[in-house]
Amino acid sequence: MSAMNFIEQIRQRDRVFDFIQPQASSRLDVSHGNILYLEDISVSFDGFKAINNLNLYIKEGELRCIIGPNGAGKTTMMDIITGKTRPDTGSAWFGSRINLLELDEPEIAEAGIGRKFQKPTVFENHLVVDNLELAMAGNKSVITSLFARLSAAQKERIDEVLETIGLKDNKYRLAGSLSHGQKQWLEIGMLLMQNPKLLLVDEPVAGMTHQEMDRTAELLKSLAGQHSVVVVEHDMDFVRSIANHVTVLHQGSVLAEGTMDQVQSNPKVVEVYLGE
Amino acid sequence: MLDKALMNDRLIFDKKTQSFLAILTAVALLVSLLNTFVPEGHILHCSTFTVTLLGKYLCYALLAVSVDLVWGYLGILSLGHGAFFALGGYAMGMYLMRQIGDRGVYGDPLLPDFMVFLNWKELPWFWHGFDMFWFASLMVILVPGLLAFVFGWMAFRSRVTGVYLSIITQALTYALQQAFFRNEMGFGGNNGLTDFKEIMGFDLQSDATRLGLFLCTALALGLGYMACRYIVCSKLGRVAVAVRDAESRTRFIGYRVDKVKLWIFTFSAILAGIAGALYVPQVGIINPGEFNPINSIEIVIWVAVGGRATLYGAVVGAILINYAKSTFTGWLPDAWLFALGGIFVFVTLYLPKGVTGFLNRKQEQLA
Repeated sequence: MSAMNFIEQIRQRDRVFDFIQPQASSRLDVSHGNILYLEDISVSFDGFKAINNLNLYIKEGELRCIIGPNGAGKTTMMDIITGKTRPDTGSAWFGSRINLLELDEPEIAEAGIGRKFQKPTVFENHLVVDNLELAMAGNKSVITSLFARLSAAQKERIDEVLETIGLKDNKYRLAGSLSHGQKQWLEIGMLLMQNPKLLLVDEPVAGMTHQEMDRTAELLKSLAGQHSVVVVEHDMDFVRSIANHVTVLHQGSVLAEGTMDQVQSNPKVVEVYLGE
Repeated sequence: MLDKALMNDRLIFDKKTQSFLAILTAVALLVSLLNTFVPEGHILHCSTFTVTLLGKYLCYALLAVSVDLVWGYLGILSLGHGAFFALGGYAMGMYLMRQIGDRGVYGDPLLPDFMVFLNWKELPWFWHGFDMFWFASLMVILVPGLLAFVFGWMAFRSRVTGVYLSIITQALTYALQQAFFRNEMGFGGNNGLTDFKEIMGFDLQSDATRLGLFLCTALALGLGYMACRYIVCSKLGRVAVAVRDAESRTRFIGYRVDKVKLWIFTFSAILAGIAGALYVPQVGIINPGEFNPINSIEIVIWVAVGGRATLYGAVVGAILINYAKSTFTGWLPDAWLFALGGIFVFVTLYLPKGVTGFLNRKQEQLA
């Protein structure tokens, strides 16, 4: 594959070889204010257009909620951003310098995008503290992992995150024995340990009680600012409680964007949500 | 309290490891003493036959540990570890063949008997160097390691997992078996390599050499076990378990899952190769039958019976099943495979954590 590309390059006489051109810096550049650019993205599975000409921009430090009926393409969009799915067309940039379509999952994670899954996936056979340790930002190569020891600062950081997600007393419990809500928090905690610039949070309050929801809302709000947060959620009350900016997806593209009130009074949105 | 109990698990020298090493040392010492100092015919005398049999079991135990590392901790169900074992064995066998020198049936100073028989005039290029022990030892590590590396690099990078990977590993060992059966390959074909005389100048038939090989195997098992224990207790070991339980999640927090798998798989193949190299001088033969896919499946059964993801369980399983095999095949040779299948089904249904898991639970209930 790369050999083919190389031959292609040599045949084009009017341009400089890719390998001579300076490497794009892997540093995140948000000087233009946006941290994520998704442009003209389309992807189809067996002819079904899951994402159709999607354009979406996320500002730095923003807390954005994405809503939409089932099958609107919310999870597929996250898959594209994190490298799990490759779009058929379009471009995805993290900051204005990192081309997400050229990276694979670990590279994207390393670049600074963290993801919380719809179904909480923690490492059930590990202790809570191990889950956080594994997620911690840093060199994740095989050889470093083999000789890794936790430093005092790292231990402190883990305790700090445990405090934030309210699992301090469960530090040495098996993650598999936590309740559903606690697993959700642990996963958010793992996101925090990764210290990403952009957090993608898929249905964070599914299966949570009202108190738990309130705490999650607080947590996400406190994260916005230093991090950019994208939340996909079905629960409208929850969305109302955290978001000032909402995007509505429908059939794979953006239907409406604006504040919660604007969106809710938008006739197109009402139609999609309530039916004809 | 809970804190302490859990922390004990992470120590490389935890209680189970301590007992394992203690038992291994005790057995090695006892066997040496009973073999050397108790006169033959005495009831406590440990015959050289028994010593070699035990040495064989310890080779199997090391092989089982290597499989447990990739299957128990990393979730790669390798049904081809017999291939790495056999390759290590062949490397050692080639050295032993070269040691025969002109004492073969045909008395050729350079060519092993089977080559003379096939009318070959010169030594194939890949047989050069095997007259030196250090070179052969290097090959014992390099050949299985390299094969595992190349195989793993292709398989893990393409994200072949689960049952597909298991089938490919079966195909790998089957293909090697077919290749080694061919006389043209230059590894003795169907008959393999045998009729060894000496290793590093020591007569392979002598009691002292037999005992020495047994002790080397015990040492290799101890060291191999500790190396695995180190990996399992490190952060890499926790990453491996994370890969086993939630592979794509591990990828999303930034680990290169393919590399984690590749390195641990390669290391495990090297261990299997070392086990094979120690096995061959003790049993005195290596032939393509060692590549038989059934053998590789049997290793997995040892680990399942002993208990996955414990390391010591693999040792227990390998010794138990092979002891059963030795006794059973002497008694009802045709029924052994049925018995083995029966044991596997029984363990899967009633002892999902193997024999050691069952004993641990009993112990906890008593405590």
